[in-house]
Amino acid sequence: MPGLEDLYREIILDHYRSPRNRGELESPPAVRVEGFNPLCGDEIVVTIDVDGGVLADIKIAGTGCSISQSSASLMSAAVKGKSLAEVRGLIGTFKQMMSIHGSTLPSDGADGGAAEAAEPEAIDIDALGELAALQGVVKFPVRIKCATLSWNTLTQGLDEAGVPA
Amino acid sequence: MAELTPDAHDGRTLDAVTLAKDFPLLSREVHGRTITYLDSAASSQRPTMVLDAMREYDETTHANVHRGVYTIAEEATRRFEAARTNVGRFIGAPTPSREVLFTKNATEALNLVAHSWGRSNLERGDVVVLTEMEHHANIVPWHILAAERGIELRWLPVDDDGQLVLDDLDTVLDGARLLAVTCMSNVLGTLNPVTELATRAHAAGALVVADACQSVPHLPTDVGALGVDLLAFSAHKMLGPTGIGVLWGREELLESMPPFLGGGEMILDVRKDGFTPNDIPWRFEAGTPPITEAIGLGAAVDYLRAVGMDAVRAHEITLTRYALDTLADRFGSDIRIYGPPAAEDRGGVLSFAFRDVHPHDISQILDEYGVCVRAGHHCAKPLMRRLGVNATARASFALYNDERDVDTLVDALDAAGKFFG
Repeated sequence: MPGLEDLYREIILDHYRSPRNRGELESPPAVRVEGFNPLCGDEIVVTIDVDGGVLADIKIAGTGCSISQSSASLMSAAVKGKSLAEVRGLIGTFKQMMSIHGSTLPSDGADGGAAEAAEPEAIDIDALGELAALQGVVKFPVRIKCATLSWNTLTQGLDEAGVPA
Repeated sequence: MAELTPDAHDGRTLDAVTLAKDFPLLSREVHGRTITYLDSAASSQRPTMVLDAMREYDETTHANVHRGVYTIAEEATRRFEAARTNVGRFIGAPTPSREVLFTKNATEALNLVAHSWGRSNLERGDVVVLTEMEHHANIVPWHILAAERGIELRWLPVDDDGQLVLDDLDTVLDGARLLAVTCMSNVLGTLNPVTELATRAHAAGALVVADACQSVPHLPTDVGALGVDLLAFSAHKMLGPTGIGVLWGREELLESMPPFLGGGEMILDVRKDGFTPNDIPWRFEAGTPPITEAIGLGAAVDYLRAVGMDAVRAHEITLTRYALDTLADRFGSDIRIYGPPAAEDRGGVLSFAFRDVHPHDISQILDEYGVCVRAGHHCAKPLMRRLGVNATARASFALYNDERDVDTLVDALDAAGKFFG
């Protein structure tokens, strides 16, 4: 059975207590998108400045649990200043890390399931840097939506900004 | 609330420690600790008596009801209808065999009211009055009707103590066709003055539909004393199975209402040019009903009746008072408990904010201690907005909880506070 230390890594608690890139950019010119988690009522506001093929700036506002807030903070730090292609790629890799399928779900008395989920094939965990701290979330399926809320909202923002998928 | 407890207490008491032994799930372990189940407002656990009744029916009697002429089909029909009557008597229905409709759940029961009564009675501009503390199940069906035919929704507000504000009640009710109100808030535990509301709604010419999901499992219910016209509740919150809910309605009102879903069972005759609906209650029960679940609900009612609803209510007042006092003593201003401050004014539902720890995180840490609480908006987003929060954590009690469960909750909360220090 996964333990709390799998979920609440120190990096996550740090970003929860001291979130990076908090606030809202002036919109317009920034693109502003709201995301909601209908399960828990959490709301997030992502504002982004896209400039010359680069995600020039990003700010995060809203309220949520430690997982959604830290994921948003980690995301903002990871994507700020990156090329739009890199940002799309990172979103894809992160979503892949957060995707679960039956065989990797922890089941009764089977520790192996959780271990497999931690190292799925074809995901470049190293490329995720600090974001890899969130991989333990997949062992807590109910919390996955908390972790992906900001990423889905950023995707929506990129779509609205006309960034190719 | 006197309105919800019309009968004098019969002096019986209950022993939660003994009763808990009737519930197999309560002895399981989670994360190496015996479970502390504090989410009965979402769904209660089932006693062996209910599980056995369902299994016994399935093993000895099951056949479709109201169809076969063979022995077990007749027995199944008789037992299904006996469950209906039993449930009706439990809530004081004057004509239980005709006034109790089985639905999929309370949500479907409330949707039945909106679709059947609402569509045949409400026109553009007609007013339906709701309260800010309603569950989405008693809001969204009316929103759908508002969008479909332009009815007007009015809202009774909630004050800072979680009580309905009734200062402008007669103004709000003026010209209304229906008042839809919960007997007990699933978030705040508030017990609403349903009898008074029904009297004043009727004086204004409005019918009253009550959401009794949280009250029927926890305190004596008498539809006559409440004075409402329709009452919805759910089996799985009252020690019964999922998959079955109840709508009680006054006989002559139900007789005036058109069918909800169409299909088998609900007709007397079907021709190529139309159909003739069946008599009540079957008019509203299209298709094969939840038969095993009705047997289970009947057994749950037997269990509650044997314990005594006065005893259940007295126990939950004592336990709620202990929880309110203990949480306040231990955490002081670190905890904010929503809803009426006095245990007598509320049911055993405690929604709270704990320091600045998000309810999801509280619930996650509590789970590590085997403590099951709900975190979220509890399907009451208008109320959440009124409270100024996105979500709360909620602990809720049933007859099988005792002081030790509260103590475990308090210790686990303390650990959550330290974890997020």
